[in-house]
Amino acid sequence: MTESVELVLNAAGRRVPTRVNGKDQTPFQGVGAYRPQGAKQAPPIRSCVDYPPSGDKRMPSLEAALRACGLRDGMVISSHHHLRNGDLVAAMALETAARMGARDLMWFPSASFPAQAVLIPLLESGHIHHIEGSMNGPLGDYCTRGKMRGMGVLRSHGGRWQAIQDGEVKIDIAVIAAPAADCFGNCNGAFGKSACGSLGFALADSIYADRVIVVTDNLVPFPCIPWQIYGNNVDFVVEVDSIGDPAQIVSGTTEITRSPDRLKIAQDTARFVRDAGLMRPGFSFQAGSGGTSLAFTAFLSEMMREAKVKARFVRGGSTRYLVEMLREGLTDYILDGQTFDLDAVRSIASDPRHVATSPFTSYNFHGKGNIASLVDVVVLGATEVDRHFNANVVTHSDGRLLHGIGGWQNCLTAGCTILAIPSFRDRIPIIVDEVTTLTGPGELIDVVVTERGIAINPRRQDLLDAVRTSDLPIRPIEEIQKEVEAICGGKPQKPARTDCPVAVVKWVDGTVLDTVWQVGCAAEHSAAPEG
Amino acid sequence: MATSIPTLHRAEAGHAGEDVRSDLRVIFEPLATGAVEIELHSRVAPFYGQAIEAQARAVLSALNVSRGRLILEDQGALPYVIAARIEAALRRAGLPPGRRALPEPVPLPPPSPRDRLRRSRLYLPGSQPKFFINAGLHNPDGVILDLEDSVHPAEKDAARILVRNALRSVSFGSAERMVRINQLPAGREDLEEIIPEAPDAVLIPKVEQPDQVREVSESVGALKLRAKIDRPIWLIPILESALGIENAFAIASAAESVVALTIGLEDYTADLGVVKTRSGDESDYARRRLVNAACAAGVQVSDSVYGDVGDLDGLREWARRARAWGFQGMGCVHPRQIPVIHEAFAPTKAEIEKALKVVAAFEEAQRRGLAVVSLGSKMIDPPVVERAVKLVNQARAMGLLPEAANSPEGGER
Repeated sequence: MTESVELVLNAAGRRVPTRVNGKDQTPFQGVGAYRPQGAKQAPPIRSCVDYPPSGDKRMPSLEAALRACGLRDGMVISSHHHLRNGDLVAAMALETAARMGARDLMWFPSASFPAQAVLIPLLESGHIHHIEGSMNGPLGDYCTRGKMRGMGVLRSHGGRWQAIQDGEVKIDIAVIAAPAADCFGNCNGAFGKSACGSLGFALADSIYADRVIVVTDNLVPFPCIPWQIYGNNVDFVVEVDSIGDPAQIVSGTTEITRSPDRLKIAQDTARFVRDAGLMRPGFSFQAGSGGTSLAFTAFLSEMMREAKVKARFVRGGSTRYLVEMLREGLTDYILDGQTFDLDAVRSIASDPRHVATSPFTSYNFHGKGNIASLVDVVVLGATEVDRHFNANVVTHSDGRLLHGIGGWQNCLTAGCTILAIPSFRDRIPIIVDEVTTLTGPGELIDVVVTERGIAINPRRQDLLDAVRTSDLPIRPIEEIQKEVEAICGGKPQKPARTDCPVAVVKWVDGTVLDTVWQVGCAAEHSAAPEG
Repeated sequence: MATSIPTLHRAEAGHAGEDVRSDLRVIFEPLATGAVEIELHSRVAPFYGQAIEAQARAVLSALNVSRGRLILEDQGALPYVIAARIEAALRRAGLPPGRRALPEPVPLPPPSPRDRLRRSRLYLPGSQPKFFINAGLHNPDGVILDLEDSVHPAEKDAARILVRNALRSVSFGSAERMVRINQLPAGREDLEEIIPEAPDAVLIPKVEQPDQVREVSESVGALKLRAKIDRPIWLIPILESALGIENAFAIASAAESVVALTIGLEDYTADLGVVKTRSGDESDYARRRLVNAACAAGVQVSDSVYGDVGDLDGLREWARRARAWGFQGMGCVHPRQIPVIHEAFAPTKAEIEKALKVVAAFEEAQRRGLAVVSLGSKMIDPPVVERAVKLVNQARAMGLLPEAANSPEGGER
């Protein structure tokens, strides 16, 4: 850590720094309490006079494009994560910038993946100063061990849009990997050998960045339809052999969990949704792409079929399970944020009812509403939850960064927020006295479904009443906690950690919700792969 | 005893490695001098490192071992597993039997009634603790902690300690707690270890003669006496050969504590030298004979397992036919088979409705002092009434009818 930081207690009772990476911060003030003033961030005015009238914005190389963008030390370079662990472009851009001699860059991905651990040498050599974006795997370890010069800033998908729009982060150069693009810069993720579905995570970057480079391995003649990203926002187009490894971009097929315990959690979650009366004609839901969520979707589909109930829309991340619902008529629409398997990629490319969305429509807190709060039911995971239903999704119980926030925080505003989680993992209880890192305030989390029972937040008397007569295993959360602690051999020790902040967790409104503290010794070499 | 400490040698027990969960490897190394040294490698060390070390010392002390090094390679094992693996390592190291390091017990569930529902019994390999802790959550009527075919011969000694600890420290919910022992004489060692923890039932494999059941019954009786256990421990013989099937009635009648018969089709078809098929035609005779023998002896009868976990439709079909033939349940090898089996062994709606009518007619006749029960224009024979009462009680036990609202026993309110 470079500067000494002042820490204050925020409205959630967590100690947070007042300055992060040289910028003043607003501590979390409570759910819905913070109302920022002023105007949005705006990029400079550009004139079409400065762009080729032919519309051909191609540059011979990424290096030429970066040079034309005026690459300098200390710039903010952004990328999106629709290519997931198969992405080659973010590393290509940063490595090129480093080769050109740029230093102290800030990398601003919409999320990072284990494959991007190749950037650790650039952090070590000073070409990259720090990362603001989710970090897990080796990058997460690197940050949690206090080796990064700046502080990590973790934002939700909606929070990233908010930060860009509100001017908290000014992107100098956005590098957008595009599975299909024309030479004007129109592009989409639906087609091509590296197809990934949507490009929604790059939309804010394309609108607000000073300069925008589209990198594609599938240049099509104008017009590239649909134009998920407008060429009118794009400065340069670069053609490369490959933007990603298709095998790592989408899975050939996504699979439901086979674990009987997780299947039970998924089934009880679906039964809860049904028995609480949430599964009614025209309802909507969102569940992730993890094995438990997929199983939930499958169980709920079955119950909808039986009860002849149709949803108005289902929110993606989409998989073949959602696609099957759409085809079968169990939902009118899929409103999709990202596309996880081949069936979903094919569907979004061919079915007009399968709609690509962006964090702007789905999640942005500083807009005139967003889709997330219109969703009736959302099913999420978590690494820990406390007795007041506060939850952690970013760190492992030992304090190491484990997951990005993704859309998790944004989804908490749904009508009914359900965490579907095992009550302990490898002897480590999930229901704890205090979460390691607060990621979601308990007042927004309504139900916790574990294999040992379902706990309903006492704030939701309506839900408690709704399932009073059902035979679901409804139990107080304290009772489940006690049972699990008895199984695991008592309350766990508090793991050791330092008092040195290495990252902050932002709330959806840009305020600082919690701090991630350094774990272990900074001098020690980061080694252990994820457990 | 404590003065003549035997010489212990290096030994290990348990499992470790990337793909192992909820287990650990324990390595014991004798030390010439000094006290106890504990070396712990565990991903849960930040949370339970102190607890694990304290437990390891307590186990050694209970086993009366006062020096040596324990290396624990832990993969998130629960305390009862840690105790079992340490004890197994020490026994392998040469510790004489007699001392045990028993983990914290959970309350013993109520004794198991002779005629309880036995629709599903879930097999749990006795050397794989990761499946134990949540088995009861899937609501099988019984769990079988298996010491026989699913346990490698070299692991039998460690498995029986682990199973003993599981019987003592794991809550299996409302499931009947069963153990499948090995054939005698090895099975006798199993019994010595597990009977003090009062399992509800013991499955005896590969029974061909009634004497095999009597032997087990006597051993169980003696061990119960020694451990001062006065609740039933039922016996369930598994018939797995042509000879066993021929002797089914004698086997079922061999001891008072026999509560059910069941069949092992893998071994049975091997004995016959035929291929085991999806339809199971080749074992029709054996299974029907088993039903008849069990009924004649007044015990329950349960079908074999359905081995293809992915084929739930095949399982459903098999289970429905088994019920039609007179079986009351079957084995399962995966929790997802449980609801399918319970559904298949449940009386149908039409059956329940008809039985309720018969019972109502019977009660009406009783009230009016009539000797003859009639439903509409039909006279109803006593066996029909008896079967209807049985079916209604069964449906109630399965939760298919509201409690006591229309109880054939008279309905206490």
